[in-house]
Amino acid sequence: MSVRAEPPGHTWQEPQGEPYIRLEHVYKRFDALAAVDDVSLSIYRGEIFCLLGASGCGKTTLLRMLAGFDEPSSGRIYIDGADMQNVPPYSRPVNMMFQSYALFPHMTVEQNVAFGLKQQRTPRAEIATRVGEMLGMVRLQGLERRKPHQLSGGQRQRVALARALIQRPKLLLLDEPLGALDKKLREHTQFELVGIQQRLGVTFVVVTHDQEEAMTLATRIGVMDRGRIIQVGTPRDIYESPRSRYVAEFIGNVNMFEGEVTRAAAGELTIECRELGLELHAASAAPAAAGTRVWAAVRPEKMQLSLERPADTANLIGGVIAEIAYLGETSTYLVRLEGGRMLRVTQPNTQRDGEPRLARDARVWVSWHAAGCMVVID
Amino acid sequence: MTQARNEAPRWLTALSHSGPSARLTRLLHRCGICGRTAVIVPPLLWLTLFFLVPFVIVLKISFAEQQLAVPPYTPLIDWAGGGSPHLHLHVSSYAYLLGDPLYVQAFLSSLWVAAISTALCLAIGYPMAYAIARADRSWRNTLLLAIVLPFWTSFLLRVYAWIGLLRNNGLINQLLLSLGIVHEPLVMLQTDFAMYVGIVYSYLPFMILPLYANLEKHDPALLEAAVDLGCTPARAFRQVTLPLSLPGIIAGCMLVFIPAVGEFVIPRLLGGTNSLMIGRVLWDEFFSNRDWPVASSVAIVLLAVLVAPMVILQRYLGRDGAPGAATATMHGRPQPGAPQPLP
Amino acid sequence: MSRRRPLFLPSALTAGLVFLYAPIVSMIVYSFNASRLVTVWGGFSAKWYHELAGDRQMLQAAWLSLRIALATASGAVLLGILAALALVRFGRFRGRTLLSGMVTAPLVMPEVITGLSLLLLFVAVEGVPFMPSSRGFATIVIAHVTLTLSYVTIVIQSRLATMDESLEEAALDLGARPAKVFVAITLPLIAPAVASGWLLAFTLSLDDLVIASFTAGPSTNTLPMMIFSKVRLGVTPEINALATIMVAIVTVFVAIAGVLMSRQERARQRDLRLAAANP
Repeated sequence: MSVRAEPPGHTWQEPQGEPYIRLEHVYKRFDALAAVDDVSLSIYRGEIFCLLGASGCGKTTLLRMLAGFDEPSSGRIYIDGADMQNVPPYSRPVNMMFQSYALFPHMTVEQNVAFGLKQQRTPRAEIATRVGEMLGMVRLQGLERRKPHQLSGGQRQRVALARALIQRPKLLLLDEPLGALDKKLREHTQFELVGIQQRLGVTFVVVTHDQEEAMTLATRIGVMDRGRIIQVGTPRDIYESPRSRYVAEFIGNVNMFEGEVTRAAAGELTIECRELGLELHAASAAPAAAGTRVWAAVRPEKMQLSLERPADTANLIGGVIAEIAYLGETSTYLVRLEGGRMLRVTQPNTQRDGEPRLARDARVWVSWHAAGCMVVID
Repeated sequence: MTQARNEAPRWLTALSHSGPSARLTRLLHRCGICGRTAVIVPPLLWLTLFFLVPFVIVLKISFAEQQLAVPPYTPLIDWAGGGSPHLHLHVSSYAYLLGDPLYVQAFLSSLWVAAISTALCLAIGYPMAYAIARADRSWRNTLLLAIVLPFWTSFLLRVYAWIGLLRNNGLINQLLLSLGIVHEPLVMLQTDFAMYVGIVYSYLPFMILPLYANLEKHDPALLEAAVDLGCTPARAFRQVTLPLSLPGIIAGCMLVFIPAVGEFVIPRLLGGTNSLMIGRVLWDEFFSNRDWPVASSVAIVLLAVLVAPMVILQRYLGRDGAPGAATATMHGRPQPGAPQPLP
Repeated sequence: MSRRRPLFLPSALTAGLVFLYAPIVSMIVYSFNASRLVTVWGGFSAKWYHELAGDRQMLQAAWLSLRIALATASGAVLLGILAALALVRFGRFRGRTLLSGMVTAPLVMPEVITGLSLLLLFVAVEGVPFMPSSRGFATIVIAHVTLTLSYVTIVIQSRLATMDESLEEAALDLGARPAKVFVAITLPLIAPAVASGWLLAFTLSLDDLVIASFTAGPSTNTLPMMIFSKVRLGVTPEINALATIMVAIVTVFVAIAGVLMSRQERARQRDLRLAAANP
């Protein structure tokens, strides 16, 4: 089993790292519609880069342009320094794992996996060894002679993966890889994928609309909306430091408060929120001038729910519990504030019996640290 | 630079980068030929030569006059005289055609017969198609095969069989006589009745298959919802199934009507002498009268009359492509899972 | 839905099937009738079959029709694959509307028009090199290919359109050139449709009367032409024998096809169960 020479490190964090894949001002227009609108990206070697977005945001179009099935209307794509313009898919060092797996129904598992090597005119003995290796890696030994319709969904996916990886491509594209699997299998496969990627050192670009998938798989995520890249960052960056309202609301759940900056001290902003009738305190690295209209965003798990009024907190507000959803690991509370506004608060269930007084119609206090509050400008 | 959604990517027409065929490809490319051309040209060329060009010739001859010569019509362009060519356009054959009430009558009666046949096919074919669509899945393929099987045997022979059945001393009359329903043999052969029987018999699958292809795709939950909301089954049929099956109905009707207008064999063998169909007129003009120009004008006028229904059919073939594939599978084997519709 | 009228649909279907099969059954029965007359049942006899076997003209015509049908089917399938490929996979190209129109038009055109136009063409090009100089086998084959091309193209087109395009993309992605993709992936997958189209063209050619009448020369007689002239003259029971033989051949083929299909279906069910057994 051959592993790449250099262990994949955090190449995207090296200051002088050369991007392995570069997209420069890529546009794709279909008639009047811009499916991909001025996308420039740098993807580094050994990454698992996720393009995340709702359907229709252009992520699949972008993927197809990387694969070579569509040409950009303008802009350039470079893979390992080589310009991919006019290069057909069969000449690119790129392989793709399709959403429907696209296994050749009239060929056996063995023949499917060997297909790419056959096109390269690899000698038969070598094909046999490499196919055996690959099938071992994806745990499909013994199933060589089966045809795709004799396999389960999970097995088919592994064949598709083996088939795409056997040529050791520079880039592997995955289109919604886990969409067709059920929950347990999905979790299991997520970790398998990451394991295989790290062993082989192949650069992955994954397209998905599933946030959980993106957060689990990705080293970096690119959030897309209507053909544009809104933000690129590690899962933590995207979740804890969204740079726009769209990203904050798209990922996970969030409580948004509109307000105006009244004071900007060292690393902390004071925001006047008219709706709540409060002053909010938020930690922010970026300075903002007084008077700027901003949105304070607080994630539900950053909030604390208590029956007694806590002393000495940066942000505090009172309300009444309207709804409780018990989810096993956590419970989600919908707290109605005086103005009618609903807050969404999540608390871990640290005790089996829970707190009986935290029931519907109980009066509670919701508090959160300044560090738990994000600030986004539209 | 915009690309339409259906346009192939540029690399498909671009030069190949490497390989021994690169030089040949580049050479061909300079001549404007690429891989795709090799696929498009043969059928295009064939059809242009053997479908389009003949029509131009028919058009040309329709503007000529009958003449005792080989070929038996006047030339369109006269090169004699050394000077500029003369164009001889005779509209006499058209005038003859449209002026003679016999021909006008033949056109109208053809349209009428085709229309009645279409209506009959619809009346008989719709319940049959509906019954198959509602049948158990395991039966459906068998039933479709049963519908299609007769049409794999010779069309001519089956028409001939009807002659045997409908004759004065044929099987049907024998049956009626022996049961005492009639006391004299019914004259059925060489009548309009026999002709309709023959046409409906031959064109029935053209109606059933597109209808079936449409009805099969109906979601049974729609009817259940209608009944659940208070509709009687009859009303549910009228308000849900019938409108949804309209594309299939129209496709089926056009697929029967258009060829039926020009039907020749059945009226000849089963019809009476008073039912003059335009197909017969064309045949007689050509073979019996040897009047090529008039035969050609008949063809052109017939085409002109059929243009409107053909355009309607084109639209429905495109929208719910099932009829095309369904018609085609009439003679071939239905794929496992019944005729596949075009998307 | 037919709870209120449980008998209407099945009886309509049965009546329709009786209507369809009555002529065929009557022909089969009468092919064994020793008497020439329809009114009299002269006993069971196979003499019409003997007469058929001895009818040289008929056999020659049958052989000719068979050869024409074979040539037609093969030619139509070759051109049909190309046309279907172009129409489904090539998106927009110059001449697409023309090709699309010409492919669908013969489907509904009255045969007398197609027949007439082709005859006029052959007359006009008499003497031109590469074109048939006299009407006979070649002209009939050309005419039949043109007619059946539409049907074949539509059958193959239908299968191509419903075929998963990502299979071809996957093959391209793995390094196969477009030509290789067609041969290794597309062709095997559309093979049933190609076979279907071949059979369809074969049957249509074998059965065609009108167009063959127009485009055959004075000395050429196809089987339908032969039958037509015999029928016009009167009833000959050996036609019944011919019909019975054709029905028998077709039924045998259909039975074989049915058995193959049900076996395929059972294998498929088995495979599905096998797949579901292990995740």
